[in-house]
Amino acid sequence: MPFTTTKSAFWRGFRDSAPFILVAGPFGLLFGVLAAEAGLNVLEAFAFSLAVFAGAAQFTALQLMQEQAPTIIVLISALAVNLRMAMYSASLTPYLGAAPLWQRAFASYFLVDQSYALSIAKFEAEPDLTTSQRMAYFFGASGIVTPLWMGATILGAQLGAQVPDSWGLDFVLPLAFLAMIGPMLRTPAHLAACFTAVVTALLAAGLPYNFGLIVAGLSGMIVGAQTELWLERYKTQKEAVR
Amino acid sequence: MSHFDSMTLWTVILGLAAGSFGLRFAFLALMGDRIMPAWLMRHLRYTAVAILPALVTPLVVWPSATNAMPSLPHLMAALVALAVGFLSKNILAAMATGALTLYGLLALIG
Repeated sequence: MPFTTTKSAFWRGFRDSAPFILVAGPFGLLFGVLAAEAGLNVLEAFAFSLAVFAGAAQFTALQLMQEQAPTIIVLISALAVNLRMAMYSASLTPYLGAAPLWQRAFASYFLVDQSYALSIAKFEAEPDLTTSQRMAYFFGASGIVTPLWMGATILGAQLGAQVPDSWGLDFVLPLAFLAMIGPMLRTPAHLAACFTAVVTALLAAGLPYNFGLIVAGLSGMIVGAQTELWLERYKTQKEAVR
Repeated sequence: MSHFDSMTLWTVILGLAAGSFGLRFAFLALMGDRIMPAWLMRHLRYTAVAILPALVTPLVVWPSATNAMPSLPHLMAALVALAVGFLSKNILAAMATGALTLYGLLALIG
């Protein structure tokens, strides 16, 4: 159903994003709790979510700071987790590139997995949308998740301060990462990247300054990209034979 | 858990804020309607599925709760969370089954 106005595009995005309440709420809460466990006060935890607004990268930074990793490694690793945002930015550019710069700057702040996934699906399905309708849909799709993530962080940080150490929450973060990884493994190339990263991480665990993480991450990326290339070539060859 | 000083914390928060915004804004701001080089996009596609497993693997194999001794409950819980997430595509179901496995096995075999 095409949008009649910019306003209806906004509300459509808003409604379409409702299912993500179930992810952003609990994970924001979890970030708050774990941040409090790591010694952050409510203001610090909130500032973290407000300034960075990227779940997986926030969890990564929190984990590495607790391991006393050098600050530069914390930054490189968390930003590496966020490199996919650059990919999102690049793939939205043909659809949003014509909007005014200030709108694109705002949109960049709100660019997360959920708003990207909803928007790119919508823009591809309905190529006739105007740029302002696309922008409105994109902002609508961020309208629930963003305040929810901030609010849940604050609530979590308040709760976390009351959780006794004996609860053994130290394995919750690894479980959260694993739960995020599972749904990302959509193709054989994803699996190859993941497997390579796991094996390299084990072999390189002895490297100082958490450098093994960078080596393992890079190896996984390269193997993933090469596997994708190889699979494409294999497919074209097979089709050429036919 | 060891704590870190607030100087480190704020450096990380501000650095990540600037870096994340930069990554998100880079192409929307500068590229116009140009197409990205294929090799770059191809590598960017695999950053999250490489760096997250690389981060989590040592935490699973050498858990901090057991002072880095390999532990069957932690290993099993990790495999369950990964498998359920992979098969169901449901993050919350994956976390819940992983946590149940961990606390169940810890209660059973300590």
